[in-house]
Amino acid sequence: MNIIICIKRVPLTQEVDLEVDELKKGVKKDALAYVINDWDNYAIEEAVLLQEKFGGTVTAITIGDEDDEEILRRALAMGADKSIRIEPGERELDGFVISKILAKTIRDLEYDLILTGVQADDDNAAMVGIMLAEELGLRHAAVVTGIEPEEGNAIIRVELEGGMDEVSKIKLPSLLTIQTGINEPRYVSIMGIRKARKKELVVIKVEDLSLSEDDLTLQTIIEEVFLPPEIEGAEMIEGDPSSVAGQIIQIIKEKGGSI
Amino acid sequence: MGEIFVVVEHRKGEIRDITFEMLFKARELCRASSHNLTAILLGGRDAGFVDDLAKWADRVIAFEDNRLKIFNADLYKEILDSLIGEHTPFLTLMGHTSWGMDLAPALAIRTGFPLATDCVDIQTKDGRPMVTRQIYSGKLFSKVSFKESPGYLVTVRPGAFLPPDDVEESQGEVVRQELPSGLTEPKKEFIEFVDTGAGAIDITQAELLVSIGRGVGEEENIATIKELADLMGATLSCSRPVVDKNWLPKFHQVGTSGKSVKPKVYLAFGISGAFQHVAGITGAGTVIAINKDRKAPIFRVADYGIADDLFKVADALKSELTKVS
Repeated sequence: MNIIICIKRVPLTQEVDLEVDELKKGVKKDALAYVINDWDNYAIEEAVLLQEKFGGTVTAITIGDEDDEEILRRALAMGADKSIRIEPGERELDGFVISKILAKTIRDLEYDLILTGVQADDDNAAMVGIMLAEELGLRHAAVVTGIEPEEGNAIIRVELEGGMDEVSKIKLPSLLTIQTGINEPRYVSIMGIRKARKKELVVIKVEDLSLSEDDLTLQTIIEEVFLPPEIEGAEMIEGDPSSVAGQIIQIIKEKGGSI
Repeated sequence: MGEIFVVVEHRKGEIRDITFEMLFKARELCRASSHNLTAILLGGRDAGFVDDLAKWADRVIAFEDNRLKIFNADLYKEILDSLIGEHTPFLTLMGHTSWGMDLAPALAIRTGFPLATDCVDIQTKDGRPMVTRQIYSGKLFSKVSFKESPGYLVTVRPGAFLPPDDVEESQGEVVRQELPSGLTEPKKEFIEFVDTGAGAIDITQAELLVSIGRGVGEEENIATIKELADLMGATLSCSRPVVDKNWLPKFHQVGTSGKSVKPKVYLAFGISGAFQHVAGITGAGTVIAINKDRKAPIFRVADYGIADDLFKVADALKSELTKVS
């Protein structure tokens, strides 16, 4: 079973104060640390688990600059066999353009399955995977929490709202967007990443993909990025822990909670 | 004058709330720009949805066929593509739900119409839509416009546009249409729905919930919060990352993909407040959030906030409680 995974490097923003950049089109990135997109980490693990069980190759693809090769090496260290970085240069990208670039890159590769994360932690758009599927004319499913291949098909679980899963059968090849929690991504050691440098990493330039001007034209334009509007929000309780605890208990009692 | 399409979402014989939220918002947009509002129903025979929908729209276009009883991206996108081709609606709204995430991006490629997902506000400016989205898990907002196109696609965040109880009813026309002939065989076969929320405890019935999130840090740390919950007579619940890491079973999970809860008091320990989580606590009486990140989105929705280390607060609560008793 040959599997392609499309992955992205994103800024780590938990417990970080984000600042809007001067142009108000994005976030100030210089002080941010970068990590593999959480959803993609699960997608890599799922691909490697399937490969361990059914054989075949796993190819990891990302669009980005040299720094983004870090996540390709991470995927290689987790068990992927080869990787491709697509260099976009200074070009601006949106979900539509990204799906066009990926489709053109993947079209001639051999695969039974393409996995992406449900969404990326930065723009939270959840669109590239399914757009890519449609570009390639593939069957697809979003928010997948289980994959069991069987003779040209896969039995998949899709996570719906309200504590409900949908189980269905999908023909391969297909594209599935992977939800967090589908597996437990393995630990990657620095040693493992160093060793993975021996594995294949091919760099392709967007210019060399002969995409049309239309394909490379943004369909959505960010006009302005801004901090959430000030609202009243929570009444903050300040003070030393024991006085804070006393107040919490008081509030619970007042609001009808029995302690 | 143009048209706004709302794609109806339903499951197990019920129209889902997101449908009415979209219809409510679409009605507002239609009033502002003199557009017509059309609800598009793709459903099974005898679903009995059309009358309800007609109260919310100028027109309901209904395809009723048992092949459409359960959402199927293959059939939905083919029918919607041909319908959009025929009518060229200015705007088509779909839910930013699991099914909407499977449908909308594919439909965008089919129709060539630009798509913006997970929108929390929609306006029109110079004859084009302008939407507001949240990025970086709600830490920033982003205003997005579109490349010029005959029509635009938008997916709507559940809970972003809550209709009031006294929505003015309309008497929409109902147009029943046959499925296009030569429809493709779906490539995905539905097998079953599985309830993943059932388990040893029912968090939806709890009056006092002590809930933990990613901030708890390590699996070993859960025990100390569990002790606190026991001491308080509270039920332990959690947010998604805790279940993803297999630290607690799914039936503890509060949020969109878990359970909606309605305790008198909800104590959130180390929960950042992603919208998927917050959607599950709208029914809570009072929300008290403890998080060391003062900018965490949870403080925007909580009634009371403590910006401190959750373990310090938990330990202090424990000693206060043992002192009291």
